[in-house]
Amino acid sequence: MDLNFSAEELAFRDQVRSWLNATMPRDLRDKVANNERLSKAEIVRWHRMLADQGWIAPAWPVEWGGTGWNVVQRYIFEEECGYAGAPQLPRFGLSMCAPVLLKFGTEAQKRRYLPKIYNGEEIWCQGYSEPGAGSDLAALSTRAEKRGDAYVVNGQKIWTTIAHHADWMFCLVRTSAQTGKRQEGISFLLVDMKTPGIRVKPIILMDGGHDVNEVFFEDVRVPAENLVHEEGKGWTVAKYLLGHERMNSGRIAGSKRELQKLKKLASKEMRNGVPLMSDVRFRDRLTRVEIELMALEITNLRFLDRMRRTGQPPGADVSMLKIKGTEITQLITELMMDAVGPLAQPTLPVDDIDGWDMFVASLAPVYCLTRKSSIYAGSNEIQRNIIAKMTLGL
Amino acid sequence: MNFDVDDDQQLLDDSIRRLLRKDYDFDARREILRSSAGGSDHVWKTFADMGLLALPIPETYGGFGAGAVKMMGMMECIGEALVVEPYLSTVGLGAQFVSRWGSDAQKQEVLPAIAQGRLKMAFAQIEDGSRYELGHVATTAAKSAAGWVINGEKRVVIDAPASNKLIVSARTSGDIRDAEGLSLFMVNTATPGIRLKRYTTLDGLRAADVTFDNVAVAADALLGTQGTGLVMMREVVDFATALLCAEAVGAIRSANEATLDYIKNRKQFGVAIGSFQVTQHRIVDMVMSYEQVKSMACLACVQADTAVDADERSRIISAAKIRVADACRQVSQDAVQLHGGMGLSDEMKISHTFRRLTMIARQFGDADHHLARFAA
Ligand SMILES: Cc1cc2nc3c(=O)[nH]c(=O)nc-3n(C[C@H](O)[C@H](O)[C@H](O)COP(=O)(O)OP(=O)(O)OC[C@H]3O[C@@H](n4cnc5c(N)ncnc54)[C@H](O)[C@@H]3O)c2cc1C
Repeated sequence: MDLNFSAEELAFRDQVRSWLNATMPRDLRDKVANNERLSKAEIVRWHRMLADQGWIAPAWPVEWGGTGWNVVQRYIFEEECGYAGAPQLPRFGLSMCAPVLLKFGTEAQKRRYLPKIYNGEEIWCQGYSEPGAGSDLAALSTRAEKRGDAYVVNGQKIWTTIAHHADWMFCLVRTSAQTGKRQEGISFLLVDMKTPGIRVKPIILMDGGHDVNEVFFEDVRVPAENLVHEEGKGWTVAKYLLGHERMNSGRIAGSKRELQKLKKLASKEMRNGVPLMSDVRFRDRLTRVEIELMALEITNLRFLDRMRRTGQPPGADVSMLKIKGTEITQLITELMMDAVGPLAQPTLPVDDIDGWDMFVASLAPVYCLTRKSSIYAGSNEIQRNIIAKMTLGL
Repeated sequence: MNFDVDDDQQLLDDSIRRLLRKDYDFDARREILRSSAGGSDHVWKTFADMGLLALPIPETYGGFGAGAVKMMGMMECIGEALVVEPYLSTVGLGAQFVSRWGSDAQKQEVLPAIAQGRLKMAFAQIEDGSRYELGHVATTAAKSAAGWVINGEKRVVIDAPASNKLIVSARTSGDIRDAEGLSLFMVNTATPGIRLKRYTTLDGLRAADVTFDNVAVAADALLGTQGTGLVMMREVVDFATALLCAEAVGAIRSANEATLDYIKNRKQFGVAIGSFQVTQHRIVDMVMSYEQVKSMACLACVQADTAVDADERSRIISAAKIRVADACRQVSQDAVQLHGGMGLSDEMKISHTFRRLTMIARQFGDADHHLARFAA
């Protein structure tokens, strides 16, 4: 057993690290460090820098711009980005729509969409969830009726992240009345967000910010050529994608960076005249999270190694990574908030306040917002159900 | 032994609940949060009219002389409705300092005015680096010919923007963390040299960082005996912590009710999500925590009213606060989780209850702080 990266892998890591150090814009790095929301323009700016370097879509096939890296290199790259505090780019186009098109799309669809996803010209959002269809996605009821050479879409999506920035949405719609199994009669459609009849309504979450939306469809005409795979086979597409969605859900690199920040903060904050870091209660709480993260990192590498050697796609393993990864993220945000004690309470200035500390003011809202991570992308209860069923045969 | 509240008390609690259901429902509260003052004069006046501001004020000064136990109903209602008015600051802290240690003139000036709804107070105590330690005070009060001169900065003074008077902890001698040498002063918030930097807190309260720049106050601004500030603060903050535990009872009850209702009605996979055992066990745990917290709140309030030994009182109230903090965390997190995406929406009351519970868990000391105090 050897848990170290090989010499080539280390050389690769150094290459990525020095590029990130040299290239990442200071202002973006600071914003990320302060937990500030990036504007669309800022997201696109970083996207383009990675695209220019040829590193925006490592997992894609080389002919479409992929890097040809193996899973370990891809892991190292993600790790370094997280560690450097690079902005997190929306995954909907790059890691969700693109893999679907690569697997199920026609040549024409690939040529139409992939280059613009690659260069950041078009931003995507994911239209799956509906008011009546959350964990039970197959209950979705947004209808698409074929009329001539178009589908006419009516219904509503909810929780659609960045719909307000998006140029396109990939979504699941019902193309035929429910007869047999609920999973049948669902299709995968690509919808231009500028199409008449689409209305995007913000949902404000409890951190006071705007990331998610309701999206209403009223007689929205979508050209029939925007269907991906066959009509009625949308569920197959969605299931393929779910594996992809959860692949990187461990968020290990990001958590490692946050943990470093937490340690720094706890060494600066004082309790009874000594640094909080030497307070046994606090330090033990922090250490337990650190150890869980240490274990998860190795677990993740074990799973990756198995994938690399067997060539098998990830199974219920990813459910575990998602559960543990999000629990760790949530605990870190909580410890961050606790580290500053009563100073975590102020969140929104009323007066013009000189020296208002954006970072400290963000800690409690970030803790609140991060409750989302055990709910979305398959809630942690649903993930446990999957492990119980798929791995344990219960 | 008797855990019942008497009929009068029950009547009062019912009428408070009725009032808040009407004047402090989710939409009304939202309007109040958005208003420039961040509070409601109308509700404050109604509190005064109903005698709620007079509850713990001695009868000689126009009050009812109630202790913490008699205020539990009110605090639970506040927790349920997520009231953001400066009730705890004014009645649970300010009025307590004055009725326990004020001179007759100070009582005469302040207590009837509070009872009638004409005076609001805030407690300026937290400082940079103090965390939850009452004894950590760098702010100074120096004797002058005319009285005292106060210098320093207080952080996160909850309800300072609405207050007419502040109770300020300041050092009249000693070093930053000395137990001795602390004194309390009652000063008008509008005194020259006092500057407020205002903000809202996570849970929608209004608060401020307050700087004291050569603030000159008269000799009679001193409250109680010079140098005994820490003892006074311990006693009153213990009292307010007991009340806060009762507030938590109401907030937790409201979170549990909302969650139970939600999981009974929300359908996925063709059934109510409350039919899954994993959701059932969660809510059962939440309800069990509610019962434990209610018990600890009773214990804390009784202690606040009747304890003879200050250390024993502090220990029990710390115990209550630890249990409350743990329950706040568990209930708030699980309530949101069981609501799914809805739990995060600003449009849902549960997301506001989540935020208030998160702050209650930490107000007057988080679980770690009280664990240390309990063990000491
Ligand atoms: C911030 C955020 C961003 C999102 N972004 C997107 C997006 O871009 N696109 C998109 O399509 N969707 C998005 N979602 C939606 C997300 O996928 C759903 O919230 C999620 O699927 C859960 O559905 P729900 O919210 O309806 O909760 P519900 O399904 O109603 O679940 C409520 C509770 O019941 C539990 N539960 C449900 N079924 C079971 C079961 N069988 N056994 C045990 N427990 C169960 C859940 O775990 C949860 O605790 C987002 C959500 C959030 C919060």
